[in-house]
Amino acid sequence: MPRRNDLHKILIIGSGPIIISQACEFDYSGTQACKALREEGYQVILVNSNPATIMTDPEFSDRTYIEPVTPEAVEKIIARERPDALLPTLGGQTGLNVAITLAQSGVLERYGVEMIGADAQAIRKAEDRQLFKETMQAAGLDLPISGVARNLTEARAAAERIGFPVVIRPAFTLGGTGGGIAYNSEEFDRIAQAGLSLSLASEVLIEESVAGWKEFELEVMRDKKDNVVVVCSIENLDPMGIHTGDSITVAPVQTLTDREYQAMRDDAITVIRAIGVETGGSNIQFAVHPQTGRRVVIEMNPRVSRSSALASKATGFPIAKIAAKLAVGYTLDELPNDITRETPACFEPTLDYCVVKIPRFAFEKFPAADPTLTVQMKSVGEVMAIGRTFPEALQKGLRSLEIGRFGLGADGKDKPVSEAELKGKLRTPCAERIFALRQAVQAGLSDEAIHELTKIDPWFLRGIRQIVELEEELKKNPPGPERIWKAKQFGFSDRQLAFLWGKEEGQIRSLRMKHGIRPRFYMVDTCAAEFEARTPYYYSTYEKPPHLASPPQGGEGKGEGAKKIMIIGGGPNRIGQGIEFDYCCVHAVFALKEAGFTTVMVNSNPETVSTDYDTADRLYFEPLTLEDILNIVEEERPWGVIIQLGGQTPLNLALRLEKAGVPILGTSPEAIDLAEDRKRFSDLVERLGLRQPPNGTAVTPDEALQIARRLTFPVLVRPSYVLGGRAMEIVYDEKDLLDYMATAVEASPERPVLVDKFLEDAIEVDVDLVADGRRAVIGGILEHVEEAGVHSGDAAMVLPPHTLEPAMINEIRQVSLRLAKELKVTGLMNVQLAVKGKELYILEVNPRASRTVPFVSKAIGVALAKLAARAMAGETLEALGFTEEIRPPFMAVKESVFPFARFLGVDIILGPEMRSTGEVMGIDLQFGPAYAKSQIAAYQRLPLGGRVFVSVKDADKPWVAEIARRLAAMGFSIVSTSGTAEVLKASGLAVEEVKKIHEGRPNVLDLVLDLKVDLIINTPAGKATKADETKIRSLAVARGIPCVTTIPGALALTTGIASLLKEGIRICSLQEWHETIGVAG
Amino acid sequence: MARAFLALEDGTVFEGESFGAPGEISGEVVFNTSMTGYQEILTDPSYRGQIVAMTYPLIGNYGVNDEDVESAQPQVEGFVVRALSPIASNWRHRRTLDEWLTQHKTVAIQGIDTRALTSLLRQQGALRGVLSTLDGDRKRLVEKARSSPGLVGRDLVKEVTCAKPFAWGEAPAADKPLHVAAVDCGMKAHIPRMLTLAGCRVTVVPASMAADQLLALKPDGLFLSNGPGDPEGLPYLIQTVRACLGKLPIFGICLGHQILGLALGGKTYKLKFGHHGANHPVMEIETGKIEITAQNHGFAVDPRSIGDEVEVTHLNLNDKTCEGMRHKKWPIFSVQYHPEASPGPHDAHHHFKRFIHLMKRGETT
Repeated sequence: MPRRNDLHKILIIGSGPIIISQACEFDYSGTQACKALREEGYQVILVNSNPATIMTDPEFSDRTYIEPVTPEAVEKIIARERPDALLPTLGGQTGLNVAITLAQSGVLERYGVEMIGADAQAIRKAEDRQLFKETMQAAGLDLPISGVARNLTEARAAAERIGFPVVIRPAFTLGGTGGGIAYNSEEFDRIAQAGLSLSLASEVLIEESVAGWKEFELEVMRDKKDNVVVVCSIENLDPMGIHTGDSITVAPVQTLTDREYQAMRDDAITVIRAIGVETGGSNIQFAVHPQTGRRVVIEMNPRVSRSSALASKATGFPIAKIAAKLAVGYTLDELPNDITRETPACFEPTLDYCVVKIPRFAFEKFPAADPTLTVQMKSVGEVMAIGRTFPEALQKGLRSLEIGRFGLGADGKDKPVSEAELKGKLRTPCAERIFALRQAVQAGLSDEAIHELTKIDPWFLRGIRQIVELEEELKKNPPGPERIWKAKQFGFSDRQLAFLWGKEEGQIRSLRMKHGIRPRFYMVDTCAAEFEARTPYYYSTYEKPPHLASPPQGGEGKGEGAKKIMIIGGGPNRIGQGIEFDYCCVHAVFALKEAGFTTVMVNSNPETVSTDYDTADRLYFEPLTLEDILNIVEEERPWGVIIQLGGQTPLNLALRLEKAGVPILGTSPEAIDLAEDRKRFSDLVERLGLRQPPNGTAVTPDEALQIARRLTFPVLVRPSYVLGGRAMEIVYDEKDLLDYMATAVEASPERPVLVDKFLEDAIEVDVDLVADGRRAVIGGILEHVEEAGVHSGDAAMVLPPHTLEPAMINEIRQVSLRLAKELKVTGLMNVQLAVKGKELYILEVNPRASRTVPFVSKAIGVALAKLAARAMAGETLEALGFTEEIRPPFMAVKESVFPFARFLGVDIILGPEMRSTGEVMGIDLQFGPAYAKSQIAAYQRLPLGGRVFVSVKDADKPWVAEIARRLAAMGFSIVSTSGTAEVLKASGLAVEEVKKIHEGRPNVLDLVLDLKVDLIINTPAGKATKADETKIRSLAVARGIPCVTTIPGALALTTGIASLLKEGIRICSLQEWHETIGVAG
Repeated sequence: MARAFLALEDGTVFEGESFGAPGEISGEVVFNTSMTGYQEILTDPSYRGQIVAMTYPLIGNYGVNDEDVESAQPQVEGFVVRALSPIASNWRHRRTLDEWLTQHKTVAIQGIDTRALTSLLRQQGALRGVLSTLDGDRKRLVEKARSSPGLVGRDLVKEVTCAKPFAWGEAPAADKPLHVAAVDCGMKAHIPRMLTLAGCRVTVVPASMAADQLLALKPDGLFLSNGPGDPEGLPYLIQTVRACLGKLPIFGICLGHQILGLALGGKTYKLKFGHHGANHPVMEIETGKIEITAQNHGFAVDPRSIGDEVEVTHLNLNDKTCEGMRHKKWPIFSVQYHPEASPGPHDAHHHFKRFIHLMKRGETT
């Protein structure tokens, strides 16, 4: 069946901001879908609020709406664009939920929009727990015993019938938000209550616990002719009970016989048919009892998912792209397998390697959060590694995580633990459990004992034991070629070997070279070498070559003669380094390809567009360590290597790569060091006659104290060499400073603590610019909404600045350009500054792509990272046609999105430590509506009336009356605690008083608990009342009440609400906004 | 572990570790791309004369159980894997793969680069090889590989067919079962099992049984099984089948399909490296429906060589080779792939029902 000719215009809904459980994978799938549909000649209309995505680049759709992914906004887009069809299955759960809402409310019918891929009925069958259960039972499939509840009484009754432990799963949420396992009725009530309030449908499923069972997933595709293929099978190392997003998973399935696997495949096909997903991909999860083999269906995602992105990368089968083509009428046999080109997409990939996916957590950012892994997803990113064996892939994966580990231990970093402690770690799953497994083997625990504690399948435990036993063997014996070969085949890194043998990493490398122990680069080819593959997608492995009659063959990854540039990616998503850097890398690839270069991409993150085999000319799925990159450089011999676009990961390797003879393109590693090294940078600032906040460097608490006394409190303290504001704090007195020195960091002469004078009530500014070595051009100047002290990754920002004086903006501009010139920047640079009164301070300079590059690029309609890549490859900005700063005639607001709802109990106040996972963009002519859109897009519910609770610290009291006045004028009623109430009354405002928590009841907590307030404005008052305030704010998050914690934030919000009341939100496509730049410019 | 060598006729020698039994064997080296099902593959009599290399590198993970066998013991000449699992983990397993191969005196090698081997076989075609734990002289091993017999023209069926007719033990799943005479060319056990499940009473007969004896059994249908080697090496069987044409409904699988092709006057030819795996897409030409199929064959029927009475019904989507055919007048059909799967996807199970239909109504669809 060829493409449908009755469709012309197709709407794709993206997944919005990056949040836990919904990350770059939906940019990858959405980008593939946009490409696939436009290739077929359809007009594509896209809505996604996330500016850091490739899919929202204006050239990927005919109309790109960077608007909130909400039913209201999408309805407006539908009314304006009148698409023929809506493809709901590529925007994650968010996209699916919005589509379902639009179908249920009759919007789709009213505008004659057809849902393609999966219709509303199929989506409901998969998502509605009760309907799913009935459908599965009717199809003859086995499920855990369960009951559905719509209130706590029903829930309790179901739990009683099933017996503890039971699992609670809320319907219609993301990544299992609010779910959990309850072992007793107290736990049960708590989890069930939370689940009911978090579920869109206020519905939870109470289920027989299958915790500890073996867990499997199949990725299935179906076409209109009912052809069904299983693209990939996945087995979880962590058994049932841990969300699959938080589990280490392995592809393909390892411990099922063919008979068992095929029976599961039959079930999966039955599921997709019964649910009625007409075309496209679905993810189906199964649990298998480890002793009886009883197999139950757990759930089905009737859409492209995180697992399908992983499956695509693991097999080379582009699920999202094929899903898009199937949705418009093609059948699997009509589409070619891109990898072989000769064979069709209608087949099941076969692997000749082992793939390991490992989640990346960020608990260090949320010390108050419960780090236990449960059925609710908590990880922020993931890595994938490929090897010929499980131990090799596992160790490669662990060294890809960017957590300072170079494999499974053998690095002296695991602190000795008591047996009791160890057993606790094994029993209660946490992020570090994989390392505890190694320690358990070392401590002499048997595989049986470890299995008993962890329920991890003995096959995986044996793989881990093999690694540990080899580590012991290596430690006891001197290095020799046979031993090195074996170590490399088990995935040991040079760093680990250096540690075990008391040598330097470089010495191990030389030793390897001497003995000819080099990796071979093998292809991910979908077919285990049965057919010749055309798409150069590689992984490294250590295979001893056979003795040959004819001259030796090289690996499969041999380079070619063209001018070749290698781009090092950013690794796993974590807080502080995410999709923004992948965006820049992908742009570099696009721009360099266009300029005729052969591009080579290296990355370890399976969620990304950069690791799509379609993006760069050649793709290496490898860890981003010095060793692994040098191996690829040796194989490819690139003309140049770009390290400034993948964030801090590749940047940190700059000097060492250069020292190893790697040709680094762009700003020199020497200049990078000048900007990154605190001392050298201070000298530079001084030499240029610029201003920095007064500062000092301390190793001991005493030194810190002396510096702080000199600078006067408050001071900003942080360890040197950190990312995303890790362990950065503002301290207000000596006691706090000493506490910080004692607990927060381990200072040493190599890693001193930096102490800066903290600039109170200053306005922070970010500048992104691009330079070619001689000329620098400003990309954008962004003014932070919140005052200085809030990490730039967390702050809301406005482009162009909305409160700064033109003279100050000009000074910012001149200072930034001067710094770029001084550092001879070639490529991108980001400057962070603070304006206090009339004074301008330089906070830091990052000679690399920054998190705001995609946002700025979207705002000004110029792809900065593309220009940067071309400049690094030797072109001038003049030749590239970018010589003038663009000042858009509209306002663009960036707002951050936080994972607080997942980490209940964590205080939500913003500070110098970054904690947001993603961002959204709102554009409008004025600040008010642009800000309002950004808040709606960030799922901050903006009340248009009702009751506001206001309580601010003393220092903020001068401002609070103005805010309250604005709110009152819009019809809000105000409620406050005594101190703030006094101020408001004095200003002549009507205010209702409520007790503070320690003043008795009913108090403010009761108001929040009973949802009697619609908005909370609460700025942190400091230590004394911190515990009380944290309770209020954290409860507000749990109850879904918007909570603002800064005065500037509150002011902005009132402006936003005012504009919403006046005119609602208006929608406009990015292409149209960009046209206004042309007109204005 | 002891050293082991795999030497190929082109001069390539892989060095690895021995598992299973010590010894030295020769055979045609082929690769199989199934990620699961090594136990079924090892016991499939069609692999007689062949050394099987698994492209999936991690083998032995779930051990060996009592149920998933296609014949009483391993049938391959030798077995090649990248990494043998040190333990078996599965609730049904009885012993490890290593223990089982040792017990059945099957020579195996692990720790070699099976992807390099696969690439070589893809480029050069199936090669003769020697697998040895006894001889460490690489030159001599290559010589031995070069002088080994190979498959073309050889009758390997006589080594694996049953000695005399017998009734298949399982009870048919029907009140009035149809009687099927199944010619055992090295038949996988799952085939009579599927026939029985579909409602047949199965009499298994040796491949050498003459046509008149076969017809004297008065079966409702004749089944021609899979088996090892070159169909042209079996002139006696071709003759038998030719004598039954038009007299009985006939269903052939794999070698049985090739025998039918030859009996109908067609030709067969050797594929470069054959189809051995569980992911081959096959299209039913009439409906356009696709099945993901299990395959294991080194020879194929040349569809152009067959007369007008025969129509090609199924096509391999990877290389467009003939995967199924049907006679336009007589109740005869066959498939090149394995509808019984085992190992492999179950998409093609329906062919057994098709055979029942054929026997009942005389129609081939």
